[in-house]
Amino acid sequence: MSQTEQAVREDGIIASVSGPVVTARDLDARMNDVVYVGDEGLMGEVIEIEGDITTIQVYEETSGIGPGEPVENTGEPLSVDLGPGLLDTIYDGVQRPLDVLEDKMGSPYLDRGVDAPGIELDKQWEFEPTVEEGDEVGRGDIVGVVEETITIDHKVMVPPDALEEDEMAEVVAVESGSFTVEETVVELDNGEDVTMLQEWPVREARPTVEKKTPRTPLVSGQRILDGLFPIAKGGTAAIPGPFGSGKTVTQHQLAKYADADIIIYVGCGERGNEMTEVIDDFPELEDPSTGNPLMARTSLIANTSNMPVAARESCVYTGITIAEFYRDMGYDVALMADSTSRWAEAMREISSRLEEMPGEEGYPAYLAARLSQFYERAGYFENVNGTEGSVSAIGAVSPPGGDFSEPVTQNTLRIVKTFWALDADLAERRHFPSINWNESYSLYKDQLDPWFQEEVSDDWPEKRQWAVDVLDEEAELQEIVQLVGKDALPEDQQLTLEIARYLREAYLQQNAFHPVDTYCPPEKTYLMLTTIETFHDEAFDALEAGVPVEEIIDIDSAPQINRIGVQEDYEEYVEELKSDITDELRSLY
Amino acid sequence: MKEYQTITEISGPLVFAEVDEAIGYDEIVEIETAQGETLRGQVLESSEGVVAIQVFEGTSGIDQHASVRFLGETMKMPVTEDLLGRVLDGSGRPIDGGPDIVPEERQDIVGAAINPYSREYPEEFIETGVSAIDGMNTLVRGQKLPIFSSSGQPHSELAMQIARQASVPEEEEGEGEGSEFAVIFGAMGITAEEANEFMQDFERTGALERSVVFMNLADDPAVERTVTPRMVLTTAEYLAFEKDYHVLVILTDMTNYCEALREIGAAREEVPGRRGYPGYMYTDLAQLYERAGRIEGREGSVTQIPILTMPGDDDTHPIPDLTGYITEGQIYVDPDLNSQGLQPPVNVLPSLSRLMDDGIGEGLTRADHADVSDQMYAAYAEGEDLRDLVNIVGREALSERDNKYLDFAERFEEEFIDQGFDTNRELEETLEIGWELLSMLPKEELNRVDEDFIEEYYHEDATDADNTETEATAD
Repeated sequence: MSQTEQAVREDGIIASVSGPVVTARDLDARMNDVVYVGDEGLMGEVIEIEGDITTIQVYEETSGIGPGEPVENTGEPLSVDLGPGLLDTIYDGVQRPLDVLEDKMGSPYLDRGVDAPGIELDKQWEFEPTVEEGDEVGRGDIVGVVEETITIDHKVMVPPDALEEDEMAEVVAVESGSFTVEETVVELDNGEDVTMLQEWPVREARPTVEKKTPRTPLVSGQRILDGLFPIAKGGTAAIPGPFGSGKTVTQHQLAKYADADIIIYVGCGERGNEMTEVIDDFPELEDPSTGNPLMARTSLIANTSNMPVAARESCVYTGITIAEFYRDMGYDVALMADSTSRWAEAMREISSRLEEMPGEEGYPAYLAARLSQFYERAGYFENVNGTEGSVSAIGAVSPPGGDFSEPVTQNTLRIVKTFWALDADLAERRHFPSINWNESYSLYKDQLDPWFQEEVSDDWPEKRQWAVDVLDEEAELQEIVQLVGKDALPEDQQLTLEIARYLREAYLQQNAFHPVDTYCPPEKTYLMLTTIETFHDEAFDALEAGVPVEEIIDIDSAPQINRIGVQEDYEEYVEELKSDITDELRSLY
Repeated sequence: MKEYQTITEISGPLVFAEVDEAIGYDEIVEIETAQGETLRGQVLESSEGVVAIQVFEGTSGIDQHASVRFLGETMKMPVTEDLLGRVLDGSGRPIDGGPDIVPEERQDIVGAAINPYSREYPEEFIETGVSAIDGMNTLVRGQKLPIFSSSGQPHSELAMQIARQASVPEEEEGEGEGSEFAVIFGAMGITAEEANEFMQDFERTGALERSVVFMNLADDPAVERTVTPRMVLTTAEYLAFEKDYHVLVILTDMTNYCEALREIGAAREEVPGRRGYPGYMYTDLAQLYERAGRIEGREGSVTQIPILTMPGDDDTHPIPDLTGYITEGQIYVDPDLNSQGLQPPVNVLPSLSRLMDDGIGEGLTRADHADVSDQMYAAYAEGEDLRDLVNIVGREALSERDNKYLDFAERFEEEFIDQGFDTNRELEETLEIGWELLSMLPKEELNRVDEDFIEEYYHEDATDADNTETEATAD
């Protein structure tokens, strides 16, 4: 947070301290103002005002803080700094860069009362203007470009709050060359100086013109997602699952392979080691679309479970505000929040310290409202500067005991349009990704089909439906098998079970740790499905011709289907396999 | 230091006192009763004029005339390398009759969060000598891997076995003695009998000299249990990150710790969360578990094995549930397997080690490790499923393939899991047993194993032999 020029308003003193909740007397503050608490200047936010008592949630540990210490008001709501340098950086929940904190504190532990600006203020960026003197610009308009990372050109925009809606201003001076983010690069005739740095309050959505229907998929390279339950660019998805079912791995896979321009990864109340893994891995991984390091398109926000709870509450907002900023430049942004349950619990914890009347399961009554406000900030938008961009929001949910009827899951499902249900049983038998195909759904399927038909194959929707039908039939047959055993089924049903097994083991399962299988382009997803279908068609022909089902199942080439996933030259392999299967089955009759 | 005789209210473990100066949150308090007894406590809430104090030893004996002293500092743990070999009570005072502890440093027991940027990702294998763990749910340095158990199960034996056998593969220890193993044992609310068993085991095996033991017994004050794990972890961090030890922390029983949290929450009349546990329990537990890890540029590591007994063997109970969301996996001790006499009765199916994938494989353990473990999981899960079916239709009604999986599941339990609490198996041996079992299945069924490994390790002669139940022994 930059605290460079903020006017200090009237200050107060601490009246009481209880964990992260502090009350102050005589503080002249507005709701959601940022304040500095105590002699050490711990950052906090005003969350309740009653008479001359102001209640503050403090973003840092409050041990040793006592009544009588000063509280200083900044007079500003919790905001993030926006500008070049957001990418390839790792922040805590209130946008303090963690690497800078390590330097400043000189210790691997997070001490208190240390502040650091979210954007490096001294760094020089090469600014290339895209406007000239005399041009008319409106709010949000792009005035120049900075190469932020090797992958991303950062568009410098007129801040949306610098002008009124529909107001235009004339450019009176344009600079070009190396500048820091605080130096003026473009001057407008209304006296506004445009710099590369903007500030935006995190709890407020950045303005747009309108929300549009998304029609492009966010291709993830995960077969079950692209193939059965796709999400759109600008869509929303929830991944609920009990612990150990693979939420985080799924989120990581999306962050690594989704074909978005920008990835914002919010680690909200999760494990420290997991964030370290991301910090270690991402710089070394390649972005599949450009071949550049993955971090060049990524911004990480890490507020691990042992970091202060109030900062956990805010980290989701910090993330989505950064996402909106890049959307304004016309980029497709994907935001992963892992996990939104921890965010909801942070709300609950603070709410109970405020002694608010609890709603369902102790969560505050405004839980549903907060969740929907958050997911509504996602979408495919026409921006105020005329570009189009999207924010896709994918939230992991950690329901207690894996019970999806709890409030966070239920309230999330009411809003999101894609549901990837993780299943502990599947995880137990090491079926990964353990997304349950019977429970999951995507409401974007139909609007995305034209894209898949165009880009992959005309019969994409039919093939998907075929797979779903076989899996449905298997689910029904399995109930009978549980009672009477597989051998008691008629032969055609036994064969269906066998084909469904290949669908499950080859198609739906995907090894995130295998160098090739970890990313499966839609073409490969499609070819794999057609191979299984070939086996299905030929096998049923053979059965009809009187070949016993055991012989059909036992053909040598069929198990090769399981190895398609790990083939790099899959096209050739699939062609060969299809003809092997056909030949072998036809030779039986 | 000011003394107050201004206690206004005593309620459960809490004392409320009026004050006329600013008292810091979390500050340590001493209360002297009329009988001359000194009790210690901590400020839970501080407002102008009045503070709420939580008394560790319980409030009995305190009256309104007792005097209250505020020490002006938060709770500290005196730390030194000399703590190794010592037995302390739940508040860190020696109870082994040994000399006083001369601290090198006094550290705040509320540890600050490790900056995720400064962490080093854990990926060094710890060999526990237990097949169910090494082979299937590998533990790595800096991990937190709890044991989920229930009352009456031999989780303590398993924990002791790990504490005894845990070692780091030697070829990685190039630097010599730079990093030794130390065990810190934190007991919270366990019975004196259990404590004796632990102590005897420590003494019998000579493990005590590389250990620090903190004992809060069942009849010790419950509130003290909220400090014990913090004392333990502060000591662990000191030994790991300043003295280069590889510290293994065993905390038992986390359920008692959470009960103590609930007790304090209730006394403060807080709005309760699930099952009466405080709403901040997740944060509180995270502040303990997240103190495991490794730090860039430091030799040592803190590995945690917290033990918790699940009330009613129900893992959706808030304590195991919240724990599972914070820790990096879990080991399930299973009552059914225990009654079958398996030692250790670990059910590998719901068990999980999240850091396993990065801690095993070529250069770390063995190249085929991940494939073998994956395949055994899948095969055992299939065998387990079939058991239900056998109960209905009988073995004869099943196909040959199904029968093989049933045999696999049986031998997996008998030969792989049931190794006994005193057997220390090297990883090579664990994997060899794994291959022996996998070789019961036809090669085509091993769809999770790389073909090269099948070539190298598969026992060709085993497939036919197993039908006649003659066990195909290795070599």
